[in-house]
Amino acid sequence: MSLLEETNAAGGTPVATPAPGPATPDVIRSAKPLSRGRLIWRRLTQTSRFWAGAIAIAVILLWAILGPLLYPYDATGRDPLNMGLGPTQLHWFGTNNIGQDLYAQTLVGLQKSIVIGLIAGPLGTLIAAVVGSVAGYLGGVVDRVLVWCINLLLVLPSFILLVILSPLFKGLSWVFLTIFIAGFSWMIMAQVVRSQTRSLRDRDFVKAARYMGVPMPTILGRHIIPNIASLLIIDATLGVVASILAETGLSYFGFGIRAPDVSLGTLLAEGTSAAVTRPWLFVFPAGVLILTLFAVSLIGDALRDAVDPTSGVNRD
Amino acid sequence: MTDLVSIQGASTPARAGAPLLEVTDLSVTFPQRGGPDVNAVRGISYQVHKGEFLGIVGESGSGKSVSSLALMGLLPSSARVTGSIRFGGRSLLDLNDRQLSGIRGREISMIFQDPLSALTPVYTVGDQIAEALLLHDSALGKRAAQARAVELLKVVGIPAPERRAKAFPHEFSGGMRQRAMIAMAIANDPQLIIADEPTTALDVTIQAQILEVLEKAKELTGAAVVLITHDLGVVAGHADRIAVMYAGKLVENGTTTEVFAAPHMPYTIGLLRSVPNMQTAGTERLVPLEGRPPSLTALPRGCPFAARCPIAIDVCRETEPGLLVHGLTLSDELAAELAAEHVAACHRSDEIASGLLTRADVFPRPAPLAVQHSEARADAEPVLRVTGLVRHFPLTKGGVFSRQIGTVRAVDGVSFSIQAGQTLGLVGESGCGKSTTILEVLEMTRPQAGRILIDGKDVAGLGRAELLRLRRDVQIVFQDPMAALDPRLPIGDIIGEPLTVHGVKPDARQGRVAELLDLVGLDPQMADRYPHEFSGGQRQRIGIARALATNPRLVVLDEPVSALDVSIQAGVINLLEDLKEKLNLSYLFVAHDLAIVRQIADTVAVMYLGRIVEYGPVAEVFARPRHPYTQALISAAPIPDPVIERSRKRVLLEGDLPSPTEQIDGCNFRSRCPLYSLLADTDKALCETVDPVLRAHGQVETACHHVERNDLAISASLAGREDELAP
Amino acid sequence: MAFYIFRRFVNYFILSAIATCLAYVVASLALDPASKYYGRNPQPSQQTITNILNGLGVNPDVPVLERLWNWIVNLVVHGSLGNTVGGTSVVDQIVSRSGVSLRLLLIGSVIGAIVGVTLGVWGAVRQYKFSDQVVTYGSYLVFATPTFVIGVLLMIGATALNGAAGMQLINFTGEYSAGLSGSWWDLTADRAVHLLLPTVALVLIGAAGYSRYQRSVMLDVLSADYIRTARAKGRSRNAALVRHGVRVALIPMSTFFAYSFGTLVSGSIMLEIVFSFHGMGEFTLNAITQSDINAVAGSTLFLAVLVLFSSTLSEVLYAALDPRVRN
Repeated sequence: MSLLEETNAAGGTPVATPAPGPATPDVIRSAKPLSRGRLIWRRLTQTSRFWAGAIAIAVILLWAILGPLLYPYDATGRDPLNMGLGPTQLHWFGTNNIGQDLYAQTLVGLQKSIVIGLIAGPLGTLIAAVVGSVAGYLGGVVDRVLVWCINLLLVLPSFILLVILSPLFKGLSWVFLTIFIAGFSWMIMAQVVRSQTRSLRDRDFVKAARYMGVPMPTILGRHIIPNIASLLIIDATLGVVASILAETGLSYFGFGIRAPDVSLGTLLAEGTSAAVTRPWLFVFPAGVLILTLFAVSLIGDALRDAVDPTSGVNRD
Repeated sequence: MTDLVSIQGASTPARAGAPLLEVTDLSVTFPQRGGPDVNAVRGISYQVHKGEFLGIVGESGSGKSVSSLALMGLLPSSARVTGSIRFGGRSLLDLNDRQLSGIRGREISMIFQDPLSALTPVYTVGDQIAEALLLHDSALGKRAAQARAVELLKVVGIPAPERRAKAFPHEFSGGMRQRAMIAMAIANDPQLIIADEPTTALDVTIQAQILEVLEKAKELTGAAVVLITHDLGVVAGHADRIAVMYAGKLVENGTTTEVFAAPHMPYTIGLLRSVPNMQTAGTERLVPLEGRPPSLTALPRGCPFAARCPIAIDVCRETEPGLLVHGLTLSDELAAELAAEHVAACHRSDEIASGLLTRADVFPRPAPLAVQHSEARADAEPVLRVTGLVRHFPLTKGGVFSRQIGTVRAVDGVSFSIQAGQTLGLVGESGCGKSTTILEVLEMTRPQAGRILIDGKDVAGLGRAELLRLRRDVQIVFQDPMAALDPRLPIGDIIGEPLTVHGVKPDARQGRVAELLDLVGLDPQMADRYPHEFSGGQRQRIGIARALATNPRLVVLDEPVSALDVSIQAGVINLLEDLKEKLNLSYLFVAHDLAIVRQIADTVAVMYLGRIVEYGPVAEVFARPRHPYTQALISAAPIPDPVIERSRKRVLLEGDLPSPTEQIDGCNFRSRCPLYSLLADTDKALCETVDPVLRAHGQVETACHHVERNDLAISASLAGREDELAP
Repeated sequence: MAFYIFRRFVNYFILSAIATCLAYVVASLALDPASKYYGRNPQPSQQTITNILNGLGVNPDVPVLERLWNWIVNLVVHGSLGNTVGGTSVVDQIVSRSGVSLRLLLIGSVIGAIVGVTLGVWGAVRQYKFSDQVVTYGSYLVFATPTFVIGVLLMIGATALNGAAGMQLINFTGEYSAGLSGSWWDLTADRAVHLLLPTVALVLIGAAGYSRYQRSVMLDVLSADYIRTARAKGRSRNAALVRHGVRVALIPMSTFFAYSFGTLVSGSIMLEIVFSFHGMGEFTLNAITQSDINAVAGSTLFLAVLVLFSSTLSEVLYAALDPRVRN
């Protein structure tokens, strides 16, 4: 890409404009250019996708928190007069065959799914960052062992592993489920972090720090992690999506959240049997779930675009 | 000084008839998402005649590559191109992609900079050359195309072309890939060959070979050549005409002789004066060309060079000068005819051309340093002494069950020493082991063999605390100033980082950082800014400031200016020289640019395949190189002076650097040695069996058995050239 | 090159073997096969339960490593994976069920890959144009939808379609219509119709992933210097992209194939259950619910072998596509 580099070298935003008048040798005389963080933020806020996703998520979060307070029915109570009803003014999403209000249930399920996603996604990223950067930076035996473990965990699909492990957290609270989900969702990202770290390790500024005698943990914290931070933020965002998907999948097939807890997965499981005859029982929770995940994916994608310096340019 | 006769005499091929290529008022603009447009090329006009060799010179961002991609119609679809390009009677900008495809590769062909990425990795070289043939000759059979491809590979000097045609690009060396690119370019006997920095990624000895092949290709096809480069030395020896570009504009255009002898534009003058010349380097200071090109998104009013121009006057900041003939008062008709000869875009070119403003007035040479080089005291303990250093890498294959399939002898018994206040220049082609050598010094671990002594202390026997103390005395400046600075830290933190290791308090650190910024010529107020806010030259100054933070005794400079634009290099070299005198530093200066080594070094060590083959005082080695490799290296390095360049004796090396895994008996330079092939069999036997060691020849140590016969190669190469020239 | 692939195969083989053993151990520790007998009424005697457990080789009183060793010996010597709690042979179950699963997985992943790669190339070439945006948002929508939801939504859609058509256009419950008799052709057509919806769902998942990845690889390739070289030789833009671009952009896809395989396997397991196929997915999930250690071990072995073959295949593809790794 010599062409773009060439034009960017003189034309990119960061380069300051020399002021008219006699030039003081080699001194920038301009307003302070944008820092990288501000630049990313600006690019982010210029994309419509980001705003669509962010507003949708904000609305969904507010709805999940405030919705139940502003609604007369709760998730467990039964309305014996209205059983198996379609959406009405009284029961917005309808009721199931024992008269429980689906709107109230959906909001409770949404809360649970979001909380699990928000914990498990970033937790998985954290594990990936630690394992990946240590393996990549240290290299040698440590690297080989860690990579081998990652490959071993990748042999079986993590959904199957979670299903096999599900008896272990059967009687335990959903917190353990969350931890298990995070524990099986970091491997691919760890490989990415590792390869990034390996290339950073050979970059001159890391070498410079090493030759100065800067200790390893300081190098990781000061030079390596900040330089892959954008990658980690994106992964954490998309990790939220992956974790919610894992949770709903497990719960749907009866290996995740169990009664009396409610999540979107359990609701969907209940709704499936009647999906053809009483589609609202399935469609409403499914719609809410898809909308939530779609909004988060949009933010993740917009973040990725904002971080990538070549995005937005036609590269042909 | 420019009289009519000499101009006409200088125009090498007769520029009669209609030009082959006529570019008129060409502009290229790249729209940017959410930002101002980038005006990469702004209204340039030039002509290329049949068989002419035009050199387009400019720094990065000058628009030289963009303008030639516009000729080929290869710009991204987002680019806006205006003006006119006429080639052989057709207007290229009016043609669509299909029509242009018929011209590309048949009438105009192009050679790109990086030959590795320019060849498709999954097809064989032969197939890719045959493709060029088949695309434009549907009657040609596959077999015939393959046969012709082999023939072409032979023409460009690739040994065993039948076998090589079946090889993939990754199996070729850089020089061979570029030869293959040239073969592809000449496949259909084009009328115009555009070469975009064809030798920038290559070593000097390979560069010399490639330029020869390009000349040969030009002779064979009779094509005109447009050579785009940043290196004045490369065009000096080959181009008939030179066009200089700056900030998207053509600022000077004339015959090579004219432009080098009597440039009319201050930028050209500055460029010519700032480039170190191997013939004169080391005797005087370089002329710095300060500042940097303006941003192409927000060009100032007036002349784009005004901000850097020492002779800018008010009008320069108001109106942009046009490209005009200067120094002559002639009738319009004659002036128009001459416009093709030597034009420059400067309001004061008349004064320059008439001699009122001399080049020394425009860019005066800085005063020599007050302190003269202190003579090294031979008895003192050297700052760095390396003896018999060895670094071999096992070459393994496979992952889990890896096995060793060879040894890379990266460094194979290297010895040198550096006295306080002295500079050692370490030169050699890529892969010769110079980088490994300095990394071994900086790692400060026990070497595989040999000893590294810093200030007389052997690094092998030191504890952690002592090593940390020693690290204070040795610092490094890297080649790429962008990669060497952490983009996430403000430069104050970057410069202060070495101090954190030694427990310096934050307050003291801040003070020291301000001091250092001042020392390297940057504003101390800028400590809280981030690296991306600085230009390449400024970033390298930041890297130098960081290296100086701990008051080191020795600074290792790993190609410190090779990533910088030519006009910036002189300023950084001058700064390094100043600092050395001021702070009594020692430098270990690694470079492939011989002119710069000659400029800054006191002693030079020439490396080849992990060994030092020649070692001695810089002036002596450059004036009388004793080792055939040093001779070849020096003669391959281009000199930015067409007169010298055209009359030089050259020793061209054959082939590429052998693989460092090869176990070679006797002298490891034998396979490429120009002298070896001329020796009698009995003398050859010595080279084949005995590994030469460094022996003193006068002030210089040389590792060659036949030093006394080294003029043989030079006279032989001269004879060879004359043979070639004779019909 | 053969040696290279053989070495990779051995590497994957070891990984798969260890993963299967670990899965056996984990399943043995996590599952309690005795519990279902305690819940029975009348409760069988302790002796009976122990006999049953010993017969299956899953008695928790025997150290787990010893059970693992017996399981391995049994597998290597007799080619047996023990019995299910229902008393049938695990190997027989796998043999009879795997065909259903493999058919869905194979057809779905091949079509998904072809569609995804095509869409990815198309999207990259037409970057930021309308069609690219449609593909992009479409794939994000698929990513945001759990596999089983895609399945159920397709079922709802098919029901509506059948209702509108007034006849059973699309059958989607089970692998074939029970009790249908007719020519070989009729039976095959019936199976194909039943396979339609789950295949569509699997293709959607596969294509979404492949298209995103192929698009980003292709975008990198678009700006590659060798595309410019090919055009400088006289190839038109589109011809250069196809002849030189797509060919190179396929190389990293072979690695992505191995990565995405896990997702597809989980996806097809979910779809089998949603569409009531009696395949390996149902077998695996039932095994967990019934605390059937042998069945769980058998199905993990089956999955590990699948992964082993897909990984090796991806290495073969990689070596075939990229001359740089061949030597």
